[in-house]
This record gives sequence, structure tokens and C-alpha cells, in this order.
Amino acid sequence: MQSNGDRIRVIIAKVGLDGHDRGVKIVARTLRDAGMDVIYTGLHRTPEEVVEAAVQEDVDVIGVSILSGAHMTVFPRILDALKAKKADDILVVGGGVIPDDECEALKKLGVKEILLQDTPPAEIVAMVKRVVTERGTR
Amino acid sequence: MAYIPSVDLVPRALAGDERAIARLLTRAENGTAEARPAFDTLFARAGRAHVVGITGVPGSGKSTLVSKLAKAIRATGRTVAIVAIDPSSPFSGGSILGDRIRMGDLGGDPGVFMRSMATRGALGGLARGTLEAVDILDAAGYDMVLIETVGVGQDEVDIARAAHTTVVVSAPGLGDEIQAIKAGVLEIADIHVVSKCDKPDANKTIADLKNMLMLGMVAGKPAWRPMVIPTSAPQDQGVTELLAAIDRHRVALDTSGEISARRAMIDERRLIKASEEILRDRFEQHRHGRLAALLGNVSRREMSPHSAATRLIAELGEYA
Repeated sequence: MQSNGDRIRVIIAKVGLDGHDRGVKIVARTLRDAGMDVIYTGLHRTPEEVVEAAVQEDVDVIGVSILSGAHMTVFPRILDALKAKKADDILVVGGGVIPDDECEALKKLGVKEILLQDTPPAEIVAMVKRVVTERGTR
Repeated sequence: MAYIPSVDLVPRALAGDERAIARLLTRAENGTAEARPAFDTLFARAGRAHVVGITGVPGSGKSTLVSKLAKAIRATGRTVAIVAIDPSSPFSGGSILGDRIRMGDLGGDPGVFMRSMATRGALGGLARGTLEAVDILDAAGYDMVLIETVGVGQDEVDIARAAHTTVVVSAPGLGDEIQAIKAGVLEIADIHVVSKCDKPDANKTIADLKNMLMLGMVAGKPAWRPMVIPTSAPQDQGVTELLAAIDRHRVALDTSGEISARRAMIDERRLIKASEEILRDRFEQHRHGRLAALLGNVSRREMSPHSAATRLIAELGEYA
């Protein structure tokens, strides 16, 4: 039997006390319209819940939207939880309001890419496709 | 990153490794040809879990109910896997799978495995690969597998040929008693749930369904009579009763011997569906060959679509 076709799977998450979900819904919709399967977690998840969901959903990418300022706490916990589950082939990307120097710090920790609030939708799609292609099949 | 062969994932999945289970589920969803032998092994190892289908119109409260039901199942010490299906876009092929939003309560419990699937163009309320997914979760040892269908209309009834127990969820305020006696999705219920019973017009929906069941009642003592269970998520009402009804239904299936008939029905349906999929793939392969030639005959009205199709299938058989 032929393949029904592989699709990029992305989980889009909101973590912690951050209720701003207008942007995350637009991102989810944009990726859907680019032909991806997008799992949305809803609000107020813990980093560990996001990683558990990402493993069960076998996603290629975790996209975290964060506008609360807690990024230096949330991203490291997600990366650690992925390592603990031996799931660090799942790529982590982020978006939201994050100072430039902290973006650099997060990338050094292992966050693949961070796109800030003025990113055009097409660029988000291109970034997700690029990081998945770079990782290769698994 | 190296590709892990599917047959190597099978022993890990059988031992309950979540990553292996999840990867095999992806390959079931994608219809990966390389994974077929692995699925064959898993099919042979499956058959122990009780498979429950939950269906109903969009917004009727299926995801919320499934989340509560899973908690109730865990409280009895059993493990549970959930396959929740949402629609793919007919335009981009992408999807937004939102069933996890209602299932936040289930996080952190290793006795629960939850997976979202997109329909990928399949009609009938299930996704492509749903039944292979059920095999994988069943073989991995989950005691119960809950399948949440897409939000259905009146006629998407594939779930009744996939589950041992079918629960149809109705919400108050949609349609009158004539809707309730129409053919279709309401007929497939082993158990009816009326959700959102904290809403004022819920009693009318419950009464309409009960009347509908009464009209269809036959003389004698059948092994199972469908019932109507009111539920309310904010008031935490009805879920224990629902699980008790599901368990009673399973006992009734076993004691009456009906379970073998259901299993046979599910197997027959799968065999036919799998045959259709193989044929569809063969058509795709021959799209520019025999199919295109016969299409010419149809376009010139020398052949009807039906006789061209008969010829096509006969010829594909010869190429096999």
C-alpha cells in the first residue's frame, strides 16, 4: 500500500499563567493552511504536560507561544523534560515577546528558533518546514 | 536522525513504550507501506481491549465526556487509551486538532494515552488508520480504547463497525421528536447520552430520545436495550452511570454471544475497507496508463463509467 502522505505534526502550546491566545490561534491556523496537522493544547499547561502531549502525539515540532515574561523558566524546563523522556529529536521553537539577548541565550540552550511578534505568517511556515527538513526523517 | 524500522518498534510498543507506540500511530495514520508487517504482528496480538466509540454532533460535548469517562475508568484501576479524531481541511489537507484542550485533567497519568488524529479525507466519522491505531493501543496493553469520532451529522456511522460499544451523545436544543425517529446516527447507539443536562431544555431531549426508543421496542427480552443517560460536566453528573452502562453492555455482549457477531462485523468491514484502499492505490498507479485509456472511451461516450470501471478492475487483476 502506498503512503497516505507524511505530514508535519506540530503541537502549539501556551504554558503557565499566560492567557494571551490570539496570536497562537493565528499561528495554528496559518500552519493548518500550510497543510500541517496542528495540535493545540489550550491555555495554562505545565512544561511537563506539553512534553507528555508532544511524545504521545509524536510531533515533529513543539511551538510555544509566550507573552508572560516567563520564557527563561519555561523553555529550559521543556528542553529538560524532553531529554528526560529521550525525546530530544522533537524540535522546540518559540514565539512571542522576548528580549533579543534572551533569544540568543535560549537558542544556546537548544531552542531551534524564536520568531518575534512582527513575523509574517509565511515566514513562520517556512521556518517550521526548514527545521524539520534539517532534522531529517526519523 | 536514523529511521527506526517499524518491526523494531513492535516489541517496544508491546512493552508499553510511549515513544514507540506514538511513532507506530504516526505510521498508521500515514499509511506507511514499510509498517505493514509490523501492523500485521500487532493485529495478531490485539483483541483484548474493550473498544468504545463516542460520537455525536460538533459541540455536543464528546471531548469533555471522554475526558471524564477516562478519569472514571482510571478510578476503577483500568488503563485507557483515547483516539480523538478531528477533521482535515478539504483545501490544504492540514488540521487543527483541539481535543486535548478538554483533556488537561488527564496529564501526568501513565495509565492514560491520548492521541489526536485527522480524518485525511476519510468520510464516515473516523480517520484513515483509526483501526490500526486501535490495534496498536490494544496490543500495547490498554484495557479500554475510547474512539472519539469527528463531530458527525446524521449519517456518519462507521464507528458502529469499529467499536464494541457505541455511545451517541446528543445535546439539548437541537431538533424535535421527528429528528429523533429519523434513520441514521441515532440508530447505532448502544447507549444514548444527553449532555449539558444543566441546561433548561435538556428534559425535552431526554424525553424525545426515550420516546424514540419506546417506538422501536420489540416484544420479548432482547439481550440489550439502549438507554438514555443524562450527563452534566460542571455538575459532575452521569459519568459513573455511563461507565456502569458500558460495563453492563460488555457483559451482555459476552453472555449473549453477541460479541462474536460484533467482532465478525468489524473484521468484515475492515477487510472491505482495506480492499477498497488497495484498489484506490492501484487506480492511482495506473492513472496515466489503463485508467487514462478507458477515460478516453468514456469521454467519447463509447463506454459508460460503470462498464469502464468493470473493465478496469478486470485488467488490474491481470496485472497483479
